[in-house]
Amino acid sequence: MAFFILKRLIQSIFVMIAVAFLAFSLFRFVGDPVSQMTGVETSAEDSARLREELGLNDAFIVQFGRFTRNMLQGDFGYSYRTRQPVADMIASRIPATLELGTVALLISLLVGIPTGIFTALRPRGFVTQSILLTTLVGVSIPTFVIGIMLIFLFGVQLGWLPTFGRGGTVQIGGWTSSLFTFDGWRALILPALTLGVYQLTLTMRLVRAEMMEVLRSDFIRFATARGIPYRSLYFRHALANTMVPVITIIGLQFGGVIAFSIVTESVFQWPGMGLLFLESIRFVDIPVMGVYLVVIAFFFVLVNMIVDLLYVAIDPRLRVREDG
Amino acid sequence: MLEIEGLTVQFPGRFGVFTAIDDVSLSVAAGEIHGLVGESGAGKSTIGAAIIGLLQPPGLVASGKMTLGETDLRSLSMSQAHELRGRRISMIFQDPQTSLNPLMTIADQLIETIQAHEDVSASEARDRSIALLEEIGIENAATRIKAYPHQFSGGMRQRVVIALALCTNPELIIADEPTTALDVAVQSQVLDLIRRLAKTRGIGFLLITHDIGVIAQITDNVTVLRGGQLMETGPTQKVLRTPDHDYTKSLMAAVPPLDRKLDRFLVPDSDAPDLAAPAGRSAADAEQWLTAGTQIFGEGLGMTDVTVKFSGNRTSLFSKPAAFTALDAVSLSVRPGSVMGLVGESGSGKSTIAKVLTGLVQPSAGQLYLGDNDLPPARARSRKDPSRRQIQMVFQDPYSSLNGRHRIGDILAEPLWHYGLEADADKRRDIAAAILDLVGLSADAIDRFPHQFSGGQRQRIAVARSLLARPSVLICDEPTSALDVSIQAQVLNLLKDLQARFGLTILFISHNLAVVRQMSDDVTVLKGGTIVETGPSEDFFTNPNAAYSRELLSLTPGMPGQ
Amino acid sequence: MLARLFKSEPVYLFFRSPAAMLAAIVAILVLGGAIFAPLLASTDPYDLSSFSLMDGLLPPLWEGGNPRFLLGTDDQGRDMISAILYGARLSLTIGLMAMAVASVLGVGLGLAAGYFGGRFDAIVMRIADIQLALPAILTALLIDGISRGVLPPAIHQDLRVAVLTLAIALSLWVNFARTARASVFVERNKDYVQAAMIMGQHPVRVMLRHILPNIMGPLLVIMTVDLASAILLEATLSFLGIGLPADSPSLGTLIRIGMQFLLSGEWWILWVPTLFLVALVVSINVLGDFLRDVFNPRLR
Repeated sequence: MAFFILKRLIQSIFVMIAVAFLAFSLFRFVGDPVSQMTGVETSAEDSARLREELGLNDAFIVQFGRFTRNMLQGDFGYSYRTRQPVADMIASRIPATLELGTVALLISLLVGIPTGIFTALRPRGFVTQSILLTTLVGVSIPTFVIGIMLIFLFGVQLGWLPTFGRGGTVQIGGWTSSLFTFDGWRALILPALTLGVYQLTLTMRLVRAEMMEVLRSDFIRFATARGIPYRSLYFRHALANTMVPVITIIGLQFGGVIAFSIVTESVFQWPGMGLLFLESIRFVDIPVMGVYLVVIAFFFVLVNMIVDLLYVAIDPRLRVREDG
Repeated sequence: MLEIEGLTVQFPGRFGVFTAIDDVSLSVAAGEIHGLVGESGAGKSTIGAAIIGLLQPPGLVASGKMTLGETDLRSLSMSQAHELRGRRISMIFQDPQTSLNPLMTIADQLIETIQAHEDVSASEARDRSIALLEEIGIENAATRIKAYPHQFSGGMRQRVVIALALCTNPELIIADEPTTALDVAVQSQVLDLIRRLAKTRGIGFLLITHDIGVIAQITDNVTVLRGGQLMETGPTQKVLRTPDHDYTKSLMAAVPPLDRKLDRFLVPDSDAPDLAAPAGRSAADAEQWLTAGTQIFGEGLGMTDVTVKFSGNRTSLFSKPAAFTALDAVSLSVRPGSVMGLVGESGSGKSTIAKVLTGLVQPSAGQLYLGDNDLPPARARSRKDPSRRQIQMVFQDPYSSLNGRHRIGDILAEPLWHYGLEADADKRRDIAAAILDLVGLSADAIDRFPHQFSGGQRQRIAVARSLLARPSVLICDEPTSALDVSIQAQVLNLLKDLQARFGLTILFISHNLAVVRQMSDDVTVLKGGTIVETGPSEDFFTNPNAAYSRELLSLTPGMPGQ
Repeated sequence: MLARLFKSEPVYLFFRSPAAMLAAIVAILVLGGAIFAPLLASTDPYDLSSFSLMDGLLPPLWEGGNPRFLLGTDDQGRDMISAILYGARLSLTIGLMAMAVASVLGVGLGLAAGYFGGRFDAIVMRIADIQLALPAILTALLIDGISRGVLPPAIHQDLRVAVLTLAIALSLWVNFARTARASVFVERNKDYVQAAMIMGQHPVRVMLRHILPNIMGPLLVIMTVDLASAILLEATLSFLGIGLPADSPSLGTLIRIGMQFLLSGEWWILWVPTLFLVALVVSINVLGDFLRDVFNPRLR
């Protein structure tokens, strides 16, 4: 078991190094950092001195080492566009994105898993077929269209909910939260729904497929033949076995949530990391793009480590050594 | 106790209603082991599923009476039927690897089953479970009960499955191929256990199997099915020794006997084509082509001191991954033009030998030879090496050994093209058609796809493909173990005929001793990657040297006193 | 030959499934409309001289519009039908090209990784891991962002379609690679592959002639699903203003333009292209779902 965890940890570190390398290559090779930092009136000597100061004349590997070390110490460099430290810019945007993503993921799990189970247990009913058709339409509607439709309905036509921004926020330490005010929740509902609906359909279809697979397995047939009550059959035997593959995929979905939050944030002008990333692409603000990548990859790796631990908790085959 | 009268099961489908079981009657008394035997498609498992009320949709019981004691099984509601399952009827499935919930301990699964049917406390249920596990032959049950299924070996797991079926004291247990996935030694222990339980607890067993040997060994009565219809039923000794029905007679004739060697099986060749093949595409043409080359059929094949190691899984951080030795200094020699039978239980390394000889697995030590020449091992064997043509292989599963996306003609022409034996595409086609006639298939099979043929026909096609390479050595890896016994008899006849006609050298790998006896001139017994015994076949079967060989022979279920 | 095709399982099931048939009709109509857009459209939406501001913001016919513009016009006076047909043409072109590039790249790598295993497999799968940590839309955005930084603005404008296609393809290849690899792992231990290996056939022949035809089922499903993803991704990127510019509008660009009219009364400028896009993607996904059921009969 310890070996399994360690193996995944090493893989995660490998992914992080690769992404850091990508970010560094971006910074180093896409455009010239010096000409980005200096204006037209800067003399050639000044440019050369800046180049030397930034260490751009050092060997590539030395530069990458310095880049990584700085990152580990929290020094993410400066934005080309605003000249602010990238670390501050990202840090101020992280809470908005994380709150949005977490609420969206919760919506997708709390609705997706039960409906997935329901549709697996009654595969032929009218309700199931309707749900399946709805989710098929759901995965086919682009996130931004869902956002537009929600804005149109609840914002424009009905006027119930705000259509942009975070509403009332509360400052807790360095964390700006919209979870503690009524206004904040009102502002959160539409973007979180927009982001959650797509993931919800994926979760539901996945749970359904896995559950139907498990319900067909020999041990469920054997348990049925032993007269185990259906409730236990479905929710004790089948569900646990369904969750083993499902949690893996949910870990991967977190990446999707963060990625699609770019779209959602753009539609709702939600001041999160995604919006920052979009702006930085438009202005070719390479340092911000690079750091955004690293931060996203870090969250992704972190969530998948947690998923691996859950995996170990659920599956005895990973916990208990073979001795038969 | 269990009475079935005129049972008819139907599956409504796309091409009309398929009647899987047609007017079958049988009865099982308390303490009786009733065998249900038949070839694939006979409807054995369907009867079991109908009794316990778990027919796969859209299957339904169309007519007939099924009663267990006083209870009419057909009149039960869904929930009544479910209540009855486990309490009065239970079931054992074929594969112990997949029959248990991998995420729950044995204790949890046993206690839950007991509590589902009786109002007892968890600790009482646990005590009963432990006693039951001990009765069933699991040592140290009080500790072992806390383990998860993956911590038990295959045979032990099947015992746990039996304990689960038994823990609610049912009157009837339906055992669907309970020993098919097990080795003979474990099979005989499980069969002993079933017999003991029938005797001591008075449980009725409905034992579903395709294996006549198992039927002969433990059942009291037997029912023979074919295509959903009852052929014959009666006391086991009577049905097996003096069958009345023609089908039972031909079935018995197809069962390879363990105690003697037949020249040929006396079975009708049902696959034979009705019409003679056109000129240029007949068996005679195929034979002429096969023997026309300069190749000499039947070269010797062997290996000396071959060791194969597979790297195991790393189980801990601080230990090296343990290497698993599949073959340990194995030496083997097949005489030119003879058949060597290679026997052993699963994991003994039989198939590894085939893979080493065909160049799929790299041995870590040892030499291979073919005729008088060295045979290069896997990595050293070039794609153009002549041995690639000389050694051909016939696989176990005819459903996967032919590429389902290719036509039979293309499958057969591939060796001709690949080895450069025939440059002209039209001629390749003619030869392919001719060889089909030689192996007893109609020449028009050439434009069809593998899925349009039965298992036995496919195995004939696979044999034909291997012959078209003009081989000197044929390696057959369990060539009939996926086939029904009547088809097995036909394929074995075919192999015998071809071997006699072309003087092929054959390495015949099988776990089935009776089959090996029919086929081989010499026998080699393998256990745990080492050779236990090797020698002439008749000596081995009449007077085995090694203790392990004697054990294997005594545990193999034979036919009653033929 | 034709008779056998009609008796085959997929075709039989297809004619039993109203949803799949409807989806196929919609998909074929859209595809036909896209291919023959120059013949069907009344005006060329890329040609500024072919329409006039005088016709701007005309509503659809049933809301009292001009019979020349069945579904109305946008603020530039562009005929909505023409804009949609040309938009679909562009969206489908990019989607199909991206899907083709992704499938060739992904299937090739996946086949080889599954067949050879070992170190090559490990490298391909680690790259796939990294790709997974950076989801599709992020990859596409990133590649677009890099191309802006590397290419001079003029060239970047000219290469937009190519960059967009590449960005989408690179974000989708992992699906193909993983599916192909998983299928190869199953197939390569089957006897027909072992037989071909024993014969000494060339690995490329074994992979392409023996294995590939046998794993086409799952790959076909991925192709359909990924075509839908590619079209969605293109629309999303264009919507974000990263994809295609307003002078050569794809469906996504049309929707972005339409957003400006969300609050005013000209609903058709937003909803007509939106509905069209959704109908197209829904029908592709319904077909993908149908194929999945056909090739995985256990889930039926």
